[in-house]
Amino acid sequence: MKEVNIIINGISLSVPEEETVLEAARRINIEIPTLCHMDLENLKAVNKEASCRVCVVEIEGRRNLAPACVTKVGEGMVIKTNSPRAIRGRRTSVELLLSNHPFDCLICEKNGSCDLQALAGQLGIYGELKYQGEQTTYPKDESSYSIKRNLDKCILCRRCETMCNEVQTCGILSATGRGFDTIVSPTFGLPMIETACTFCGQCVAVCPTAALSEISSIGQVWEELYNPDKFVVVQTAPAVRVALGEEFGLPPGHSVTGKMVALLRKLGFDRVFDTDFAADLTIMEEASELIHRLEHKGTLPILTSCCPGWVKFFEHQFPDLLDIPSSCMSPHEMFGAITKSYYAKKYNIDPDKLVVVSVMPCLAKKYEAARPELGMEGNQNVDFVLTTRELAKMAKEASIDFLNLEEEDFDHPMGESTGASVIFGATGGVIEAALRTAYEWLTGTTLEHVDFEELRGLEGIKEATVKINDMELNIAVAHGLGNARTLLENIRAGNSRYHAIEIMACPGGCIGGGGQPYHQGEIETLKARTQAIYEEDKGKAMRKSHENPYIQKLYQEFLGQPYGEKAHELLHTHYVKRVKL
Amino acid sequence: MRYDSREDLTNCQKSFQDQLEGQKKKIYVCGGTGCVASGAFDIYRKFKEVLANRKIPCQVELKEESTEERVGLKISGCHGFCEKGPLVAMEPSGILYVKVQPEDVEEIIEQSILRDEVVSRLVFEKDGIRYPIQEELPFYRSQQRRILQYCGRIDADSMEEYIAYGGYQALEACLFEHTSEDVIRIIQESSLRGRGGGGFGTGMKWNYVKNQAESEKYVVCNGDEGDPGAFMDRSIMEGDPHRVLEGMMIAGYAVGASQGYIYIRAEYPLAVARLQRAIEEARKAGMLGEGIMGTDFSFDIEIRYGAGAFVCGEETSLIRSIEGERGEPVNKPPFPAESGLWEKPTLVNNVETFANVALIISKGSDWYRSCGTDMSPGTKVFALTGNIENTGLIEVPMGTPLHEIIYSVGGGIKGGKKFKAVQIGGPSGGCLTEEHLNMPLDYESLREAGAMIGSGGLVVMDEDTCIVEVAKFFMNFTQNESCGKCTPCRIGNKRLYEILERITEGKGTLADLKKLKELSEAVKDTALCGLGQTSPNPVLSTLEYFYEEYCEHVLEKKCRAGSCSALLSYFILEDKCTGCTLCARKCPVSCIEGSPKKLHVIDQEKCIKCGACLDVCRFDAVVKK
Repeated sequence: MKEVNIIINGISLSVPEEETVLEAARRINIEIPTLCHMDLENLKAVNKEASCRVCVVEIEGRRNLAPACVTKVGEGMVIKTNSPRAIRGRRTSVELLLSNHPFDCLICEKNGSCDLQALAGQLGIYGELKYQGEQTTYPKDESSYSIKRNLDKCILCRRCETMCNEVQTCGILSATGRGFDTIVSPTFGLPMIETACTFCGQCVAVCPTAALSEISSIGQVWEELYNPDKFVVVQTAPAVRVALGEEFGLPPGHSVTGKMVALLRKLGFDRVFDTDFAADLTIMEEASELIHRLEHKGTLPILTSCCPGWVKFFEHQFPDLLDIPSSCMSPHEMFGAITKSYYAKKYNIDPDKLVVVSVMPCLAKKYEAARPELGMEGNQNVDFVLTTRELAKMAKEASIDFLNLEEEDFDHPMGESTGASVIFGATGGVIEAALRTAYEWLTGTTLEHVDFEELRGLEGIKEATVKINDMELNIAVAHGLGNARTLLENIRAGNSRYHAIEIMACPGGCIGGGGQPYHQGEIETLKARTQAIYEEDKGKAMRKSHENPYIQKLYQEFLGQPYGEKAHELLHTHYVKRVKL
Repeated sequence: MRYDSREDLTNCQKSFQDQLEGQKKKIYVCGGTGCVASGAFDIYRKFKEVLANRKIPCQVELKEESTEERVGLKISGCHGFCEKGPLVAMEPSGILYVKVQPEDVEEIIEQSILRDEVVSRLVFEKDGIRYPIQEELPFYRSQQRRILQYCGRIDADSMEEYIAYGGYQALEACLFEHTSEDVIRIIQESSLRGRGGGGFGTGMKWNYVKNQAESEKYVVCNGDEGDPGAFMDRSIMEGDPHRVLEGMMIAGYAVGASQGYIYIRAEYPLAVARLQRAIEEARKAGMLGEGIMGTDFSFDIEIRYGAGAFVCGEETSLIRSIEGERGEPVNKPPFPAESGLWEKPTLVNNVETFANVALIISKGSDWYRSCGTDMSPGTKVFALTGNIENTGLIEVPMGTPLHEIIYSVGGGIKGGKKFKAVQIGGPSGGCLTEEHLNMPLDYESLREAGAMIGSGGLVVMDEDTCIVEVAKFFMNFTQNESCGKCTPCRIGNKRLYEILERITEGKGTLADLKKLKELSEAVKDTALCGLGQTSPNPVLSTLEYFYEEYCEHVLEKKCRAGSCSALLSYFILEDKCTGCTLCARKCPVSCIEGSPKKLHVIDQEKCIKCGACLDVCRFDAVVKK
């Protein structure tokens, strides 16, 4: 690798020639503020629009200022990152952005977590704005259950477009219009609910302001908790516990399961259960379905169906392949179905008074909860979905000292889970959990080594071949819908050699979900959360879903056989052909 | 007719020349967009009809071989003197008829075809002098038409005429006598510089593309001419389309590309149609496609349409647009020469640049450098518009002083008014004033003066033009045409426009002038592409040369040009008003009070400053100040 010699702010250094000025400066701890820049290298999510012009620096011999984020270093380059000229250029860009931005920071959902707000503070912009004039106003789009668009707050960094088009290949959002009236919008300015948006929420995850945010359910959940007639049950997804702590200042990858349970009790939930329990249930069904398809020459490969973003993606993009995905509902929907049937009956609770709230790392789950087929007689399996971020907001609103909470355990029976269910939160986890069970069921022997390392990590598409009896099972894992598309197109073309494929819409799996604490483009955050998921799995006494005694009891007392009639009625679903728009 | 060898070309050229020579008299009806809009096609049809009625042998296409003595009738490209269209030129007499109507056709044929006389009423006249011969018109006299040599002199739709006049000989020379290195050397020696505005060395750019390791390369002709008032490229494409194609083919041969694209705005339908026809004819003749003239050089050209976004004239946006993406610039480097269309090395040159190429190859770089300045040789085509007598398309040597363009070619300021300024280079350029009249127009001098040649728009302004309004006009254009990608261009230009608007509304302050300057400089310094980096130029140059006028607007709330209506008031002079009541009756808001034969008074509160009273007063009693 060729190196070049450069001077940044008087400091000489030698860096690889393909590095940008920004990367080179960071090597010697020189901070250059950025706004539109985003580089999730492992996920190939790089926003290199260089549109905000915040990272501009002065380069000797160059006519104008250069954006550090995309300008490559060159031999002998002399760079000044903080010269008066660079600072003036940078400051003007931010002042201009602010001149077309609402001044409602105090009541903005991003108050305290907005990149623009932080930058204005960092550059000392306060008092009267230097440049003032017309501000653009657009109707807010709250048409979907998941994503709110408030274009008044859009600074056109185009990160959302990069995620939507390049990473997720959904192509919902793109810039339209010209000049001051340029906006990021779906085709024909359609409301989100009428588009092929999967509601994965990756656009929200990377939005630096509140232009894109979740449709909040906090108010409705408080209403239910306040209502003494209601029996409010909450469940938490595996990925929530490894990220929630970040909202309270803990480093990424710090698991806070016990504190989270305590928090939910303090907030007034009547029962605190674990979606992990339902994940074990999902494995019982999905592993059975896999075996059924293998033994009855059913359609292969089987595709996991835990991820609602992924489900909506294939409904729009691959409506010809609807028979491939597993018919299993996602774990939190299975949880809702069991809670409103088995649990309600067992504990004699009127299902109409039973409220199921899911705490999820996900925005698509909000949309999923409203899908008409996922409920019984007008009673949805899940009533409300809160994101990890929303749960933290509720804790703060209730003045709960989260960090000093005593750890508590989930309630029974639906709080018990195995290590297999925990790893649902990371890419590759669902298929690994399914393999642990399917292996034992098919071979009748104990699986000693439960860690399928080749299915873990942030590689876009992973694959493994597992020998079960005399059969070689080819497995693939994709995360990020762009990677999913690659696999699906191979299947459509008849070139796929896989028996089972796991797909998660969000890069990194649920730990990188659209409802998680903002990772601010830090890939290390996603890695730390993944690490924590596997640690949690390792620490569990039981690591295979079928070992969960409460799951066994559920089948004995209520469901009968896995993949049986009752299970089909309650835990399996069907898919809808949708158009690609 | 196919040209499968160089002999084919030579033989055909000979036969086309014979045909041309057989046309003892030729009639050229100007087919430029301006003349077409004024009815040139009707005139052409009338000529055809009258010639037929009178049984005068007439040849329209060289392909129809004829041996009898005959008249050639052609639709030519733009003659440039658009102000006086529709134009009809005659050969060999060299007569130019202006403002011709279909009913004049009989007389023209009678006088100038059947006899050798002139219809003097259709001849250009100035200061009592008639100028029947085109070359002698003041408008043409100071021009040196190299690029526009055949614009107006050949049938724009005829490949045969292009060949008869020596077309495709430069390409032939390249293919059979020069290596690609030779071609690049010749272009480099000519010191031809990009005519799209930047003025980058064309030969250097070609060399850079040639030296790229990638085997797949593209040649792109930038015909996205978007400056308000500019129509140089349009006229070249309309008037001499094969010259553009030939330039592109030579470029393709030089850099090692086999595919070219012409990016042209769909709102140039005539240029599109003529180019399309030229491409089809060239393909049919084997001048485009596989193995051109029997060599192993293959090259084809396709047209790509733009929807008229100004930013698509910026090369990276243009490339995105050809690729089918939203026309938006991307950061440079990498430059298109390295990674352009579909990430392949791409040569992007402007129409006029390509139009220079065949000339340089045919006549040599020394000939080329014999005109223009050392650093900026050759000629430049300008579109002359605004408050000037002779608006139109002109071509003068690089380095010609502004004075000569405005007063000799342009015929001076319209209505004998005083010259105030000229905006050169469109919205990216700047204003030049009286002090620049003797400055040579070349890349260096203009850059020094804070302007640029741009693609070559020249908008002349007289003393009645408000300079703040001018800056506002261009700022409005660029803020509308910004692609919206980068902050300084999207919001900065809007804020600049708003400040200018405040000033013209009489709400500006001295602090606004400071902000204008600071923000203009910051936008130039931080914007992503050429559009934003140059858009504040009109503001900065007018601030520099007309600061006093800005100060009058903000301090005295006065517009010396009398153009900012918010800063004006209408008054009726006591000693001149006769009390005729006409103004009071015309006033649309009834704000003029007064009875017959008594002094009339305007209610300033109610007055909307429409100027109707001033227009109708027969006693010069209404004044605005």
